[in-house]
Amino acid sequence: MDVPQQDVPEHLFRHEAGRLVAILTRLFGIHNLALAEDVVQDAFCRALETWKFHGVPGNPSAWLMKTAKNRALDVLRREGTARRFAPEVERQLDSEWTLAPAVEEAFAAGLNDAQLRMMFSCIHPRLPEETQVALVLHLLCGFGIDETAAAFLKGRAAMEKRIARAKKTLAASKRLFDLAGPAGVAARLPAVLRALYLLFNEGYHGASPHAAVRAELCGEALRLVYLLLEHRLTATPAAHALAALMNLHAARLPGRLDAEGNLLHLADQDRSRWDARRIAEGRRQLELSAAGGELTAYHVESAIAAVHAQSPSAEDTDWDEIVSLYDVLMRIQPSPVVAFNRAVALAQRDGSARGLEEIERIKDRKRLKRYPFYHAAVAEFELQLGHPAAARDSFAQALKLARNPAERRFLQEKMSNLALLERH
Amino acid sequence: MSEFALLYRSTQEAHREAMGSPEKAQQSMTKWRAWFKEMADKGQLKSIGQPLERVGSVVAGKKKTVTDGPYAESKDVIGGFSLIEARDLEQAAKIASGCPILEFGGCVEVRPVLQLGI
Repeated sequence: MDVPQQDVPEHLFRHEAGRLVAILTRLFGIHNLALAEDVVQDAFCRALETWKFHGVPGNPSAWLMKTAKNRALDVLRREGTARRFAPEVERQLDSEWTLAPAVEEAFAAGLNDAQLRMMFSCIHPRLPEETQVALVLHLLCGFGIDETAAAFLKGRAAMEKRIARAKKTLAASKRLFDLAGPAGVAARLPAVLRALYLLFNEGYHGASPHAAVRAELCGEALRLVYLLLEHRLTATPAAHALAALMNLHAARLPGRLDAEGNLLHLADQDRSRWDARRIAEGRRQLELSAAGGELTAYHVESAIAAVHAQSPSAEDTDWDEIVSLYDVLMRIQPSPVVAFNRAVALAQRDGSARGLEEIERIKDRKRLKRYPFYHAAVAEFELQLGHPAAARDSFAQALKLARNPAERRFLQEKMSNLALLERH
Repeated sequence: MSEFALLYRSTQEAHREAMGSPEKAQQSMTKWRAWFKEMADKGQLKSIGQPLERVGSVVAGKKKTVTDGPYAESKDVIGGFSLIEARDLEQAAKIASGCPILEFGGCVEVRPVLQLGI
């Protein structure tokens, strides 16, 4: 007896969950979010029942979509009078003549549109930023409560509570966010970009001990930013700049870890392992972002990443250019973190003494003391200036604050090298 | 070698729990497929069988009354069946103990198939 061989595509259910919930919510209305999730769950149950015996169909996404569509029709017929659905389609849902075409259209037409509306709805002004990002991950990327909690290194119960509360806030809004009103899009887009930026950063620097989980978060942020780029109203220069930034940073992901999974400093990375296709795409997006007069922090940050991407080594980097880009960034979005990065670039250009000097000049410097990279950089400067004792103290501080095992190993290695050095 | 039917039983809740999140759905599916493949590779799987809808009709009595079924009172429902070959009931049960349904509160009923030969 042969069993069907085709495998379930990786993350199939996760990807389809996000898409299907978005489409169904468009039909059912945002207040029926839970119903939409139920229908998706039903479709998944059916898939398990059927596929385990008959094998995975040739186009599993289409299969799931069709199953969800049929289930949605059942629900709309059965509860058409008892429940209120999306105001936009409610009239069509009143009669069997228009019901099926309306459902058909919702499924055929705007997959991207549905996902964008859901994305903008998740970035609800009444929700804290971190909750917005968690909700995007849960509803649009199909991360279950467990995976969402793990991504942020939060407890399951706390995350469950937070998401349940956030869903209530969403369900209380009258309708899904409407992209058609251009004023609305323009007002909420900066917060949407910010959430995607945070999602990407959670992947790039985040707390999850699994490099694979963090790479997935970066991948999801990229997927969502491209959804923005496919829509006339959301493909703004700032969105292109954010796409450039994500591509240029993601390009470095393959070079960030050595063969043992240890974190490598930018200067020590094998740059031939950087992803050339992503770098090219990042540059292309950076060019597209130049349209219009708007200069956002994403523009400047991606320009900095582009300088790194084109430099053959840390020594052969145009640090002058990088310092001046940080000067610009300090003007449009001053923060202790930006000032700190500028100081590090200055140290590369003018030496460690200058770096330390600049760091001491940062206003609000105490806010930086929560970040491991702050102490690690100070330690490197002290080391280069021949102050091993001060360096060791700072490395120890950094180690206490390390956010994931890779960072921890990186700093431990630094400290044991230092110990060796001191013994000789 | 004798033939055995495996009847996969679970409640609707257990079934939904198995698909509780997209990631769980993915894992459930992968586990089931791996289990069938393992049985096939060992030559134990006679027929992978068929899935069954969880609801249908029950025709009962001399009056041939048709009601919605299986049975209102029975919580776990047969969601499908397979045919396997094993030395004896003991080995068949051992094979069934690898079924992923057990991880999600379901059970496998193992029933020898009656043959004509004595």
